[in-house]
Amino acid sequence: MSDSDADRTIRPETSGLNSEDPEEPESDVTESTGETVTLRIFRYDPEVESKQDAGFDTFRIPTHEGMTILDALIEARDEQDPSLTFRHSCRQGVCGSDALFINGSQRLGCKTQVSELKEPIQIEPLPHHPVVKDLVVDMDSFYERMRAVEPYFDPDDPPPDELTERYQSRENREDVKLSTRCIWCGACTSSCTIASNEDVYLGPAAINKGYRFYADEREGEDRAEERLEILQEHDGVWRCQTQFSCTNVCPQDIPLTEHIQQIKRDATKADLRFW
Amino acid sequence: MGAPYDRGLIEDFGRFRYFSAGMWAWVLHKVTGWVLIGYLFAHIAVLSTAIPAASDPEAIAAGTDLYTRTIQGLEGIFLVRVLEVGLLAAAVFHMTNGIRLLLVDLGIGLEREAEGFYVSVAVTAVITVLSIPVFLPPEVVPW
Repeated sequence: MSDSDADRTIRPETSGLNSEDPEEPESDVTESTGETVTLRIFRYDPEVESKQDAGFDTFRIPTHEGMTILDALIEARDEQDPSLTFRHSCRQGVCGSDALFINGSQRLGCKTQVSELKEPIQIEPLPHHPVVKDLVVDMDSFYERMRAVEPYFDPDDPPPDELTERYQSRENREDVKLSTRCIWCGACTSSCTIASNEDVYLGPAAINKGYRFYADEREGEDRAEERLEILQEHDGVWRCQTQFSCTNVCPQDIPLTEHIQQIKRDATKADLRFW
Repeated sequence: MGAPYDRGLIEDFGRFRYFSAGMWAWVLHKVTGWVLIGYLFAHIAVLSTAIPAASDPEAIAAGTDLYTRTIQGLEGIFLVRVLEVGLLAAAVFHMTNGIRLLLVDLGIGLEREAEGFYVSVAVTAVITVLSIPVFLPPEVVPW
């Protein structure tokens, strides 16, 4: 596929959006600084003949202070091309819907400032996932991997009676604290070259989720042992080659590689133990 | 819904511009590892010329045995001298980055792994430059 061949430039119909015209006042956009940003957005739609060949569309979006990539995408869709398709929900970095490949790196659209990026800002769907339409990818393989580590609290023994709370020590809470931040956005798994080429590798998000429960003392030793088995089987932690891509892109700053390495060390110790 | 568009693996190789320090460290570690394996076989082949040479002590004393002639012949080729500098660079990077990976495996300083890679590259560069007068003939050494 060639990017330039498929370039289609969308020009806004309303001239007020084009700040290059010096005589046009921008009175209707109160926050606007009068500047625009150029976005190159990946387009693909199997149902529209002209978009079956994947390519890039160029959008010029009026910016304002604090504008995020998601804001710019919403502006592009609402004001210029209603067929532009992308996922978003909470708009504040909690739901994990809008992980995108922005200027060569996996980032959350809603946590990335337009002003921090070099123009033209290139926005692509998450790599290593099949593209359904425009920026929307099929996340099935990611969710399958997440489910494979049994991502739910599952203690050895039920509480003595259903009103008893299960306390966690402060120290243990600190151990799992960072791993609980995961929002299932899939940025890390998309950035991992091994997870991308080996569909069977659990990938950083799933291993982190496994670590979150493995390290939780309230589950008990038997369950921890089972979890270690799941995480270290041949499609587990040993496929990690410490490229640190996942840790670099995680929008929640989870030390993913550290958790994977911790599981590797614990698995080695458990395997060496003969008593 | 139509058929999803699969961008394939080819695009991955176009993304090297975006590689992080950890990715470059991984790529270089693989490449230098394969280079060292390749050298190992070449090394064994050259050393094995000593086996027929060993049966002729007079030739060894005169410096005309097969092994000595092989080594001298190879060292006479300028390209081989240059490749030796490259081999040293590969070996030093593989060692220093190997120490970095050891620390990563022990869980030490994972948040500084990028710096570890830069140190590996710097140490490799310094040692490689210092080795040039050892490997290359004096007339081509720029200093």
